[in-house]
Amino acid sequence: MLLFWPIVIPLLTAVLTLLAWRSTEMQRGISLMGALALLLAALAIFSQVVETGPVSAQAGGWPAPFGITLVADLLSAIMVLLTAIVAVTVVIFSFSDVTVEEEHFGFHPLTHSLLTGICGAFLTGDIFNMYVWFEVMLIASFGLLVIGGGKTQFDGTVKYVGLNLIATVAFIAGVGLLYGTAGALNMADLHGKLAGRSGEAVVLASAAFLLFAFGSKAALFPVYFWLPASYHTPAFSTSALFSALLTKVGVYAMLRVFTLVYDIDGTVFVPILIVLAVLTMFFGAMGALSQNSLRRVLGYSIIASIGFMVLGLAIGTPLALAGAAFYLFQDVLVKTGLFLGAGVTARLTGSELFARSGGVWRARAGFSILFLIPALSLAGVPPFAGFWAKLLLVQAALDTNAWFLTFAALATGFLLLYAMGRVWAAVFWSAHPGGESAITAPLGATSLLPVAVIAILVTYLGLSAGTFVDLALRVGAELTDPSAYVQTVLGGAP
Amino acid sequence: MNSLILRTASRLLLPLILVLSVFVFWRGHNEPGGGFIGGLLAAIAFALVEKAQGLEAARKALHFRPQSIAAVGLGCTVLGGLWGAFAYGYFLKGVWPLIEKLPDGSKTGLPFGSIMLFDFGVFLVVLGGVCGILFALEDVVANERDDKED
Amino acid sequence: MEIMIALLAGFLVAAGAYLMMSGKTLPYLFGLTMISNAANLIIFASGRLTFGKPPLIPEGAHSIEGASNALPQALILTAIVIGFGLLVFALALAYRSYYVLGTTKMDHMNASEPGTEVGS
Repeated sequence: MLLFWPIVIPLLTAVLTLLAWRSTEMQRGISLMGALALLLAALAIFSQVVETGPVSAQAGGWPAPFGITLVADLLSAIMVLLTAIVAVTVVIFSFSDVTVEEEHFGFHPLTHSLLTGICGAFLTGDIFNMYVWFEVMLIASFGLLVIGGGKTQFDGTVKYVGLNLIATVAFIAGVGLLYGTAGALNMADLHGKLAGRSGEAVVLASAAFLLFAFGSKAALFPVYFWLPASYHTPAFSTSALFSALLTKVGVYAMLRVFTLVYDIDGTVFVPILIVLAVLTMFFGAMGALSQNSLRRVLGYSIIASIGFMVLGLAIGTPLALAGAAFYLFQDVLVKTGLFLGAGVTARLTGSELFARSGGVWRARAGFSILFLIPALSLAGVPPFAGFWAKLLLVQAALDTNAWFLTFAALATGFLLLYAMGRVWAAVFWSAHPGGESAITAPLGATSLLPVAVIAILVTYLGLSAGTFVDLALRVGAELTDPSAYVQTVLGGAP
Repeated sequence: MNSLILRTASRLLLPLILVLSVFVFWRGHNEPGGGFIGGLLAAIAFALVEKAQGLEAARKALHFRPQSIAAVGLGCTVLGGLWGAFAYGYFLKGVWPLIEKLPDGSKTGLPFGSIMLFDFGVFLVVLGGVCGILFALEDVVANERDDKED
Repeated sequence: MEIMIALLAGFLVAAGAYLMMSGKTLPYLFGLTMISNAANLIIFASGRLTFGKPPLIPEGAHSIEGASNALPQALILTAIVIGFGLLVFALALAYRSYYVLGTTKMDHMNASEPGTEVGS
């Protein structure tokens, strides 16, 4: 039952916030309580999984592979925990960020529906249910993108909706082909049924459909164009939530499906993934350099980070998968911190455009440091978490003598450092065009606290990297040898 | 739309379709039917009122906000799932408190329970969801018609 | 029978792709609907097609021979409902965005990405 709470709690919170539509204060209270309850449930699952290994639960008591299965292995448990942390910080930040009108149009119910879909996608052990959770997530994200109702928002939403719907269709077609050839949908069951069949045409075709679908969700080259077109348009809380979690769900799905369901080792998918990963890193970093407004730079930096994670998946050794997982974990926090920080700077300077902002360092030095920590982590500067993630990936690439991949990872890291340097120079160091007195907006606790919490977590993740790298190595081992996962789902079911 | 025949007929049809929707919902226990189709039928009844008598009349006939109806329905489905979790430890497990098992293996009693609650929730979600979408669309169209006339 | 369904799915994808490449929001959505119906047909065919054998077990029996597979039907139903909901949202969005942005041509939609104008 424990595994159902991360789905039930946000769903109930969405219901209650929908019913409390008359009072904004009540909606906010319920929303925060729901996020905190989700955090408690996620912590409970995490501690149990760390102690005893993968946990599974069957809806209605129907044994797998016939019933609906929820599974939490270490990767799922950590992702749910990070989702809960992001949820709490974003909900607190939204109190000072989202307009009353957006709250009236359902910001809180939509946010919690989105969390339901994300937690469901992380926990499900069934590929068709993963599709359903993706849709829950997608519909909620459509709503969140559009509720402000501005011109840029509509433009961004049209592109986001248009490209994500194609991914949806590819996903369902891939699932259909998979079911047609293997006769199963439970991922642990599929693992056994597809063993030794990774070269067959139908299996490859379904894997290609799924790669396209997850690639679109994760903003992989060449289907990332929806991301820089839409992520900078809604409220800052919404873009923080999206950039921290939505693309990561795509990466999670890839890590899960291409290790558990398909055995891609030695198939054509390895070179394809490597090429896509390198191009994604390159175009993401170049895009980040070419933009002149804060959230658009950050949007392209998401794409570059996705490239790193997929690179880890493509190399495929336990160390590389651990690197991908560690990169995934720290990137969730880093992107939340950066986008929330972008919200604060935009409020301080009055604009996101580099040309019209500046002077934050002189006016608000404390906050500037809080922004600098995730920025440096993104750029891969030690001792922050991003450095260790990149180190693991580079080490994994060197172990397989993939010199070009090592070079690509290091070069992208350098480009990201340069992009963050540009942000720092333009927004924090250069003088504000309106003069020194231009920055007067007060900063409340609700906007500083979330940024501070994220900055502390990113630092902690980096300073006690030993513990977390061990955890990531366990994730990598679980991904390369999913026998414990399969055992929990199929064998251990009561 | 302003048609005397449709308006009069809609007054008559609203209760009829609602009864039919409840019947279909009920029937879904063991035969084709169920909360989804029942909810769609009920939504159609209100859509008919909306088309015949206007948005205000439909809102009045529905009495509650469509969003609230959908929210209550969603709550019902979750509670229906949790009921099984608390009774047997399995989320979504069917609980039938009014059914007794006789010694010879047959069952007797009223088939009310968690699955019924779940299905009723689906009924409300579909009703609230479809009505909410329809009303919102009509609202937008009406507003823009006003905008253009200004 | 499977061949027919496969050809039909292929035809739907071709027609849908043609519509989607017109560069306007509404034909794009119509094309998308066609492609999503093609995907539904793929699932339908993946359950193996049988003629006139509904997956209902007669009273008193415990199993049924040669009946069609009920699971793909349930999957398609789910996919249709979800696809329908998404289509409704997308149509409403297309309508609203025409009202707000004043165009249905995707090449002219660049409010969120200034500097990407395409010569018309």
